[in-house]
Amino acid sequence: MARKVSEEKYQKTFSYKFRRWLDDTKDPFVGEVEMHRQTPFVESEETKERREQDERQLHTKVYDLENNFEMRIFRRFYRVFSVLFCIFLVAMLLVAVSDLPVFGHAENPVNNEVAERYIEEGLEETGAVNIVTGMILDYRAFDTLGESHVLFIATCTVLILLRRDGKKEQELDEDNDRIHEPKNDVILQTAARILVPPIFLFGIYIILAGHLGPGGGFSGGAVIGAGLILYLNAFGFARTERFFTARTYRRMSFCALACYSLAKSYSFYTGANHIESVIPLGTPGAILSSGLILVLNICVGVVVAGTMYTFYVMFRKGGY
Amino acid sequence: MTIFTCILLGFLVVCAIAASLSKKLLNTILIFMSYSLIMSIIWVLLESPDLAITEAAVGAGVTTVLFLVTLKKINAIIKKESSQEEKADGKKGI
Repeated sequence: MARKVSEEKYQKTFSYKFRRWLDDTKDPFVGEVEMHRQTPFVESEETKERREQDERQLHTKVYDLENNFEMRIFRRFYRVFSVLFCIFLVAMLLVAVSDLPVFGHAENPVNNEVAERYIEEGLEETGAVNIVTGMILDYRAFDTLGESHVLFIATCTVLILLRRDGKKEQELDEDNDRIHEPKNDVILQTAARILVPPIFLFGIYIILAGHLGPGGGFSGGAVIGAGLILYLNAFGFARTERFFTARTYRRMSFCALACYSLAKSYSFYTGANHIESVIPLGTPGAILSSGLILVLNICVGVVVAGTMYTFYVMFRKGGY
Repeated sequence: MTIFTCILLGFLVVCAIAASLSKKLLNTILIFMSYSLIMSIIWVLLESPDLAITEAAVGAGVTTVLFLVTLKKINAIIKKESSQEEKADGKKGI
């Protein structure tokens, strides 16, 4: 490959580092974040003696119910007060709930001009038949962007906390993990073979029809993630790692989040400054309608599906 | 309709109490899953099918699976064939 800059210079560029991060050839944690195995706790003779003595004293003096009068009184009070506190809490919550306006009443404070505008002009302004999706992904799309980032950050935290390094340890753990599980369980595999395709199709349908009926990116993504988990349980890691690894997940969520941000910032610029949007709203009710909502739904769905599956893998194995 | 709702709400309360009172963690998780399922039916009755789908997929599906994996990791699920010693160890975890 011909490059205009020298190899050394190229390695200092942002695009090189970024590509390395995407391809997982360099781990951003190794060398940067302090990662140690916990050393097993070893107690010295002296501290052990002292601790045992303390414990003995505790048992003979403090917890001696026959002789320790204060302890007896404290125990009785503790029981009475815990019940009283629970009753007080329940009563307080019941009073608060009884003060709420009647569900679905026309005079409720919820029915103000904001809700009125959403209901009356939502279809016209967003082009989505499902008003809820129109609200979430058009009027309040900035909130939803934040939510998908929260999900992504949560996965990053789970990654940092549960990640295991060192191939050998990982393999050992996997072997341990598989002991408790029936390998090639016929019932599970047959059920998965029948169930997984409809689950995936249903999830994709929920995502794609999010602006036409109930559903949307989050719920559809969760359904697809659950289907992936079922497939993994039935056929094992060897089968799923053919098409879904940490690299796939990283690329998927990066592309989806970047696509979401770009699409949303475009509509912010055009919407907030009253510039004509190039993207037509289309006829309400058609699959290709309501502007960017379909794209945003797909982005959210991809992020959520990947996140659910990654959570499961991290809990199971600590890295993939 | 109202009778059906009342039965579901009653189930909800029973599930919530049973989940907190049950001694075995595995039972608690299964009861919690049924709680989520009933809740998703109630969401449908409250005319919010969007939430119902999410509740069924996340509450009853993924959360339960994650709980089960965690239980297995901390060795809280006791096998029937395991020896007495292991049982004692498992009970400490519960």
